[in-house]
Amino acid sequence: MIDKLLQDLQNKFGESIHAVEGAKQATLIVSSSILVELSKYLRDSSAYYYDFLANITAVDYYPENRFALVYNLTSLPYQTQLTIRVELPVTNREENNLPEVPSVSSIWRTADWHEREAYDLMGIYFTDHPDLRRILLPDDWEGFPLRKDYEDAEYYHGIPIKGE
Amino acid sequence: MLEKYNQGYQKYISKIASVGSTEMVINMGPQHPSTHGVLRLELITDGEIVTDVIPHLGYLHRCFDKHAESMNYGKSIPFTDRLDYLSSMNNSHSFVMGVERMLGMEDKLPKRVEYIRVLVCELNRIASHLIAIGTYGIDIGAFTPFMWCFRDREHIMNMLEWASGSRMLYNYIWVGGLFYDLPVGFEERCKDFVKYFRPKLDELDEILTNNQIFIERTANIGVLPANVAINYGCSGPMLRASGIKWDLRRVDGYSVYPELDFDIPTGSGAMGSLGDCWDRYKVRVDEVCESLKIIEQCLDRLMSDFARLPDFDPRALVPKKINLKAQSYYMRAENPKGELGFYFETQDKTDVPRRVKARGPSFNNLSVLPELGKGVLIADLIAILGSIDIVLGEVDR
Repeated sequence: MIDKLLQDLQNKFGESIHAVEGAKQATLIVSSSILVELSKYLRDSSAYYYDFLANITAVDYYPENRFALVYNLTSLPYQTQLTIRVELPVTNREENNLPEVPSVSSIWRTADWHEREAYDLMGIYFTDHPDLRRILLPDDWEGFPLRKDYEDAEYYHGIPIKGE
Repeated sequence: MLEKYNQGYQKYISKIASVGSTEMVINMGPQHPSTHGVLRLELITDGEIVTDVIPHLGYLHRCFDKHAESMNYGKSIPFTDRLDYLSSMNNSHSFVMGVERMLGMEDKLPKRVEYIRVLVCELNRIASHLIAIGTYGIDIGAFTPFMWCFRDREHIMNMLEWASGSRMLYNYIWVGGLFYDLPVGFEERCKDFVKYFRPKLDELDEILTNNQIFIERTANIGVLPANVAINYGCSGPMLRASGIKWDLRRVDGYSVYPELDFDIPTGSGAMGSLGDCWDRYKVRVDEVCESLKIIEQCLDRLMSDFARLPDFDPRALVPKKINLKAQSYYMRAENPKGELGFYFETQDKTDVPRRVKARGPSFNNLSVLPELGKGVLIADLIAILGSIDIVLGEVDR
């Protein structure tokens, strides 16, 4: 199934898409520039109908300066699953240099909260997101705690929060 | 921090600041009983009509993801119990199946282990739905069903405590097996419970399901069309009440569910329109009946084909050390609340995963609330929130 899908997508969106060899679940690697168009096609095309976005995961590959976003899609009519990976290399890990990805919340509304979570905990900036602010942590939190190089602050509003 | 990273927050601040003179901002929660935990809803209201709902989460954030990527898989199982603390067995079942599939040992497990897992999961599903039904009654204003549901749930809690040693958070299902075999006499006691519990469901129907006041409060309220439900990632009873027959126990057919006979209840719009609060409630009641059917079949097989043997060891296949090659895997399973998924990303030469992400069904089901809550009365918002059946432990993780 993945070969046919890959062939079709490569014809439509160019050769930059490729499949992960030897993965247990069908996985495609795409570049962030075509993510929105590709998502729209996957959702609306009658051959796939990937209408259900189950999950978005952000992964940190510290010590490499690299992040990845993983989108788990499900097609309810065809009962198939598809994983899409977007690799996000960055030049440095400073907080003024967040990796940027276009938001897919216009395609799957559920992406809204998942992307807010990825921004909150991993520091990934989603362009064109309708409401990008922290979701699980307080709005004035500093840093992105799920990054592997995150270090706890000493104080939060004057309260010492570091354990013994 | 760059200006644009902060734009979302500024937009939210100016939205609250620009509330008109005929409108009012009301805080519901985080200590409001009908929010079922510590959820804070910021409502913009015009008289008694809600014009906007802004949920604020995170009061119960316990860093599951960070925790799970700092220690090995076995040590994370107790934490998965605490995600959706009303259905601990289902959580650890899903997590454990994910690890087993990455190890490639999902077909090697003894059938008795699989049947015991399904048995305890379905018992836990009933317990979780009983809470959903009972507290929903309270939200609407009916107190008696709550007491009845908790009375019956207590029997399940006692049984699971007998099996695992703990009342709510079990750590019973392990990678490759179980903590212990069922205690001697468990099957008989479980059979007695099913016999006791069946008539109680009829009583529940009389006092709540067909109660005219309850129907008036829930029918035609919070109607969720199927396409909106799918687009918002709703799953479980939420999705099924909108008329979609989607149950991962059937779709994926994991564990021994393909060998068991049960139906998938869906919403019918019997009291109002398809996908309203009453439908969501009714789907849960019907699912309790289906779970009872599954439990009876499991018990039959556990007492005949896969009966207790003196030398049976449920820990025989438990690996001493879990060494996985670098890979990624998304495991999903049907929780009482919907699709619980675990996304694993492992790394070579260590038994600590690089990344574990829990996809909680409540998190996604709750995200549809601003959509459902626009233009309803405040009292109806309580009915809608109760019908979504969230557990904050899983929303915030």
